[in-house]
Amino acid sequence: MPEWRPGDRVRTRAVDPAGHTRLPRYARGAVGVLVEPAGRHPLADERSRGHDPEPHTVWHVRFRAADLFGAGDHTVTVELWEDYLEEAPA
Amino acid sequence: MSGEHASSVVSAQVRHVEALLEERGLLDPGEVDARIDEFLAGGTPANGARIVARAWTDAGFADRLLADANAAIRELGLSMSGGLQEQRLKVVANTAEEHNVVVCTLCSCYPIALLGPSPGWYKSEAYRSRVVRDPRGVLREFGVELPGSTSVAVWDASAESRYLVLPRRPEGTEGLDEPALAGLVTRKGLIGTALV
Repeated sequence: MPEWRPGDRVRTRAVDPAGHTRLPRYARGAVGVLVEPAGRHPLADERSRGHDPEPHTVWHVRFRAADLFGAGDHTVTVELWEDYLEEAPA
Repeated sequence: MSGEHASSVVSAQVRHVEALLEERGLLDPGEVDARIDEFLAGGTPANGARIVARAWTDAGFADRLLADANAAIRELGLSMSGGLQEQRLKVVANTAEEHNVVVCTLCSCYPIALLGPSPGWYKSEAYRSRVVRDPRGVLREFGVELPGSTSVAVWDASAESRYLVLPRRPEGTEGLDEPALAGLVTRKGLIGTALV
């Protein structure tokens, strides 16, 4: 897992997992910017499958509405586990 | 997106599981209700209003609140630890440049320990699906018309944090003391669907 810092550009994974996830569909495969960490917590996806995973960092990730929906002048800040994130393409 | 929470099928299943747990001695009769009462005890929008009024009158508190809300609200005797574990609280401040509004698109996460049960509209599919796409339109329906120069920031409570909006202090309230200021703050203001 890369060492993320606030201000880093990241891309969310585009996978559609079979079970529970906290990566909302509207925010999949989208490029956003890390705002700040939101604590460390066990990944909800794993917990919902009966596992007891180690806590991972969760981030407030800010997206431009236009990048998510193709329209809108606002931003949407989603709370995402680092497991959902990868480096944004340059 | 999940549907209505109060479906009778789910309720029946929950009652059945509860009965089985009681039958096997894993749960005392009425324990679930007692835990829920414990969780809700003291949760009311008046708590959020107190936090806001203190932040309006004490700049140092406002800074601490935005940096580490869980620590700051303890100064007022409040806490986010009403449930099984302490929940992280994130406070976001409205300014002339930016207006914040909170939603939980995946379900209905809300700072219950602080604000009490959430309003029905907050849990509705209409609010949850629309406010992320068109917050200005949804805010307009709530009677909030923002100038074009004010940007809108939507916060989706998709993980473990709970959110509280710190509204802007209204003009002409310089003479008011903290309790009077708290009286101005509404539940909608604390979610971001009203200005105060």
